[in-house]
Amino acid sequence: MDALNAAEVMAAAAVASGTPILLAGLGELVAERAGVLNLGVEGMMLVGALAGFAGAHLGGNVWVGLTCAALAAGLFALLHALPVVLFRVDQVVSGLAMVILGTGIASGLGRGFVGQVAPSFSRLPVPWLSELPFLGPVFFRQDMLVYFSLLLLLLVSLFLGRSRPGLELQVCGENPALADSAGLRVGLFRVLATLWGGVMAGLAGAYLSLADTPSWVDGMTAGRGWIAIAMVIFSGWTPWRLALGAWLFGGMVAVQFHIQALGFDANVYILKMLPYVCTLLVLLLASRGPWSRFMGAPAALGRPYAREERD
Amino acid sequence: MFRHLFKLFTLFSSLLPAFMMLSSCAGQAPEQASPGSEGAPTPQVLKVAFLYVGPVGDAGWSWAYDQARKDLEQQFPWVETTYLESVPEGAGAERVLTQLAEKGYDLVFATSFGYMDPVIQVAERYPGVTFMHCSGYKRAANVGTYFGRMYQAKYLAGFIAGSMSETGKLGYVAPHPIPEVIRHINAFNLGARAANPLATVNVVWTNSWFDPGKEKEAALALLDAGADIIATGADSAAPLQAAQGRGALAMGYDSDGRQFAPQAFLTAPVWDWSVIYREVVQQVRNGTWKSSDSWTGMESGLVKLAPLSDLVPPELQEAVAQKQEAIVSGELKVFAGPWSWQDGSPAFAQGELPTDQQLLAMNTFAQGVVGAVPR
Repeated sequence: MDALNAAEVMAAAAVASGTPILLAGLGELVAERAGVLNLGVEGMMLVGALAGFAGAHLGGNVWVGLTCAALAAGLFALLHALPVVLFRVDQVVSGLAMVILGTGIASGLGRGFVGQVAPSFSRLPVPWLSELPFLGPVFFRQDMLVYFSLLLLLLVSLFLGRSRPGLELQVCGENPALADSAGLRVGLFRVLATLWGGVMAGLAGAYLSLADTPSWVDGMTAGRGWIAIAMVIFSGWTPWRLALGAWLFGGMVAVQFHIQALGFDANVYILKMLPYVCTLLVLLLASRGPWSRFMGAPAALGRPYAREERD
Repeated sequence: MFRHLFKLFTLFSSLLPAFMMLSSCAGQAPEQASPGSEGAPTPQVLKVAFLYVGPVGDAGWSWAYDQARKDLEQQFPWVETTYLESVPEGAGAERVLTQLAEKGYDLVFATSFGYMDPVIQVAERYPGVTFMHCSGYKRAANVGTYFGRMYQAKYLAGFIAGSMSETGKLGYVAPHPIPEVIRHINAFNLGARAANPLATVNVVWTNSWFDPGKEKEAALALLDAGADIIATGADSAAPLQAAQGRGALAMGYDSDGRQFAPQAFLTAPVWDWSVIYREVVQQVRNGTWKSSDSWTGMESGLVKLAPLSDLVPPELQEAVAQKQEAIVSGELKVFAGPWSWQDGSPAFAQGELPTDQQLLAMNTFAQGVVGAVPR
């Protein structure tokens, strides 16, 4: 394996294993930019992973599974969105409750699906694009969900940066009183943004149960929901940096095993820290350069909005 | 065993232990309402409780245990069972064990190493309750220990891999660096070298009992490094799927996972805990149970090789069957000398046999294993 080949293999593995974090992160990022902190991503991913697997198993089709994942996790996210927006329930408490509830629901309902098989997404090289040097093997010899994540990255980025509703959504997260006085429906924006966050977490879960390791097993997200939340924060709430962080994290997860497999005598515990340390370092550096246009948290993140209360 | 290794990387890491405690309580699902609260239990019924360290939906360790529990209920109408899953090791387990003893359970199986001290402490206070602890070394008048010689099945798996590999390079996805896992890798390696003296076993650690994503990455890394057959000591079927995706071959562990990767699956060393359960419940019922340490292997059926798939050529199936017979009869001892440690120093001379104590403390790789044991 020559150096370029090795780099290609690693980068392709990075994109594949960073995809669930990217998908969940793109959902969380939008919700947070609207001012809603959703700590329940891990639970929503598990609900999505189970619903996706169950849908594909029973419906005999991956797309049925994907739809089920999006619907189930979206509905589940409403359990967070409605109390938080309408009744101004503490977002941290509600989010943590979502994790516990989602984990429990998926674990309980998933019993019958352990050890079962379902249709799954397989690699589907994109004609022409997959022949590009380097970029081809890295981005375009993956499965449908990876392509989907690239498309969504572009859309979310355009939505937030270039579209009017996107800007309005950000005002709701920065200064809800101002948004309100401009005639924007802050509550609606926030509920929809959280719903979107749930749908994306559901897709991230479905990526795990239908593409990455096609099966249902209890607790299969193994903390990736938390990583996605952290990645949103460290990316400074910007989609492109989020993607960079997710792929870098995925790549470092893969690299630690390649180092071992090639027989290098490296300290396994230090290797295990690599994804966290490297991602943190790169994102910190990225926040200092010309990229640092927007690094702060949305000003009203985690704060409920009520019209009659003035700061 | 630290089956609860969640990675954490958030500002809220301090909240996580509390959250995990809560979720494990939420996950407790007693199969039946405890009749203990409705008067004295009838003497004919033997009430048996099981403590699992993971969720029964892990499709691996706890799953294999729960299959055996169900078998027990079917086998003996006089047995009544309950189980508690995702019970944290350590002090939390002590509370759960006390509750079970208070509720009138006659027999408790604690199925993970980390329950050792809590079991000993609770057993002292409830001498009328019998405790069976898996993989520990502390015993008392009412505490017995048990485990299985899984290394025998791993040796046979290694023999198959060594015979079938074209590159002579085998990959092993390893969970935690503890003697149990190292012993299994060494046995796999000795089996492989019995078939092909030049075979090597590349080891990649995931530092987790159960994380399908990592196990998949580890398997892919091994395949990239030239391995053509993947074996695993962790719990999920992800390494099987990774191998199938690359057109390579693989072996499972803990429970038969052939449905996940029919084009890659060769076999899987598996546990059948019902062997121990059946024996112990009968002894406890008859009053003949005595505290002891049980460490049986293929001869009792506790440790097995899942039926070999059609990918294994018939001649090799024959050879494996013969080796298995030799192991069962005691003619073939997996760790009998001569073989060497990884650095080339002799481990055991011709005809020399390690003691069980030496086996239980094994923490160095054998020659042929590529990779290091993390210290």
